[in-house]
Amino acid sequence: MAVYEQTYHRYDGPRTSRRLRFLVIPRYAYQRLSGSKLLWALLVAAALVTLGTAVLIYLKHNVRALAALNLEVGSLLPINAEFFGVYLGIQLGIGFLLVLVAGPALVSMDLANAALPLYLARPLARWEYVLGKLTVLAALLSIVTWGFGLGLWLLQSILEGGSWAASNLRIAGALFAGSWIWILVLSFLTLALSALIRWPLAVRGVLLIVFLVLPGFGLALAQVIQSSWGHALNLGADLAVVQAALFGTEPPAGPPLAGAALLLAAVLAGSIGLLAAKLRAYEVVK
Amino acid sequence: MSPILDQGPSPSPSQAPVIELEGLEVRYGRLRALKDVSYSLTGRAIGLLGPNGAGKTTLLHALLGFLRPAAGTARVLGLDVTTQAQEVRALLGYMPERDAFIAGMSGVRFVRLMAELSGLPAEPALERAHEALFYVGLGEARYRPIESYSLGMKQLAKLAQSIVHGPRLLLLDEPTAGLDPPARERMLRLIREIRDSGEVRILISSHLLRDVEECCEEVLVLKDGRIAAYSNLAEERRTNRRFLEVETRGAGDAFAVSLRAQGCELAVAGPRRLKMVLPEGFGVTELYRVAREGSVQLRRVSFRRDSLEDIFLKAMDLPEGAGPAGSPGPSAAGGEEAGRGGL
Repeated sequence: MAVYEQTYHRYDGPRTSRRLRFLVIPRYAYQRLSGSKLLWALLVAAALVTLGTAVLIYLKHNVRALAALNLEVGSLLPINAEFFGVYLGIQLGIGFLLVLVAGPALVSMDLANAALPLYLARPLARWEYVLGKLTVLAALLSIVTWGFGLGLWLLQSILEGGSWAASNLRIAGALFAGSWIWILVLSFLTLALSALIRWPLAVRGVLLIVFLVLPGFGLALAQVIQSSWGHALNLGADLAVVQAALFGTEPPAGPPLAGAALLLAAVLAGSIGLLAAKLRAYEVVK
Repeated sequence: MSPILDQGPSPSPSQAPVIELEGLEVRYGRLRALKDVSYSLTGRAIGLLGPNGAGKTTLLHALLGFLRPAAGTARVLGLDVTTQAQEVRALLGYMPERDAFIAGMSGVRFVRLMAELSGLPAEPALERAHEALFYVGLGEARYRPIESYSLGMKQLAKLAQSIVHGPRLLLLDEPTAGLDPPARERMLRLIREIRDSGEVRILISSHLLRDVEECCEEVLVLKDGRIAAYSNLAEERRTNRRFLEVETRGAGDAFAVSLRAQGCELAVAGPRRLKMVLPEGFGVTELYRVAREGSVQLRRVSFRRDSLEDIFLKAMDLPEGAGPAGSPGPSAAGGEEAGRGGL
């Protein structure tokens, strides 16, 4: 087939790897998202928070700089598990905003325009389609959470010495595992809502309700029933409980660890189930 | 009848089957959408006809591996659609019936994405996306957002994405649905061109008889999830070209004698009407020559044959569960006869 020939010819050239073909989906998604100024602003904000944190770590180890700024070592926050826990909490918040920008249209636009048969009529399985869409969010969130976080942990390790790194490996593990729990729950939930509602604006609204309004109800419920289980409605609180356990820090107000972990797992499983039910190459007209 | 279609070579009986169905049954819950469908098809262009709800789209979805058969098997180009679904899809191009596109993209970007998902590297994918869009006639509009396309342009874009990766079998589901007459003609011309290229087999699902008649060599008529009729159109066209009905004015008896002398088989259908089967090497030109020599006026000459419409209407009259009508006539359950008549 050639423009000037105007005839049809078969393609007999090379083909790409079957295993990595799902990566075509995020590549095209990023090309579209790269035009979003809001997305870039959020990425810059996450980078600035990380830069500020890196400066704090640097100052903690630079007596001259502290002296120049008339600061004492004791006046700065200690660089420990709590420090990294707070940092991760801020980054997860920015990550949530990133998902609000990038996530809702990912599946809904395909379903609204009946594009799923076009994807699935090719050598691309349903789970590969979901993996491709998940990668769009997971890669973005990975950069701003454990990507930047492990960078800071490495900086602290270099400045403090190998013994600090050895005795604080748990922080690195908590940064990685805590980030991934959030990434998976938030990404799958967003994709599932996107598949269910099929209208990006409404998906954003529901996500805001889940993460901003429901916690308010949870707080009220906790006070009414006089039980920390009321906070279970707050997915952020559930995650904070799990993260505190990972970092080995004091847990915040929320359900017991097992309950919080089970709730997050249930949300994850429910989202995957919803995706499996909604993402079909055909629609049956009853 | 399309001259392009008439000039095309007929499928040889030794050709490997494109689609083989054996006792295929597909269910939506309790509803049996396809019931014990068996057939083997080899043609370059195969038509799937049937009223709404007959199971045409269900059959396409089963071939694509979207629907798992409840019983039986389906093979595409020798590959099982259930156990080798990914390999089958690598050989297929699919144009769905519904409006289907990816929003927020230009035409060329959309087609390129589809090519890359089929395994083409980025550069050849872009090259072929341009070519495919030029080929279907969207060259000038390829940088426009696909949402801004008219219905006809979206149909052409769907056709472009279905051929961009060079499939071996093209599944077209109602390709002319919603098109105005010029757009419909354009679509049918493209389908015939693709068919005549010899590079790809085509399966067209449609409820429009003319579309199928103009493009296809074989036709399966579905009714209530079963095969109600089969027709090898290419074979019938060749055969039926020999049957003529003639209305004359002048010395009819002498004309009949002359024709018999030329080897024609004749039957007198009325005082001035003759039905005849022309022998090999004796065409319409010779018929006019004999008429001129006998000073006979030919008032009307018409080919007599079962039109696809006749075949379709006959199939629709069949009670549920009856075997396929048409020519040849293997049973719906297939068996050995399924290989007859150029199947």
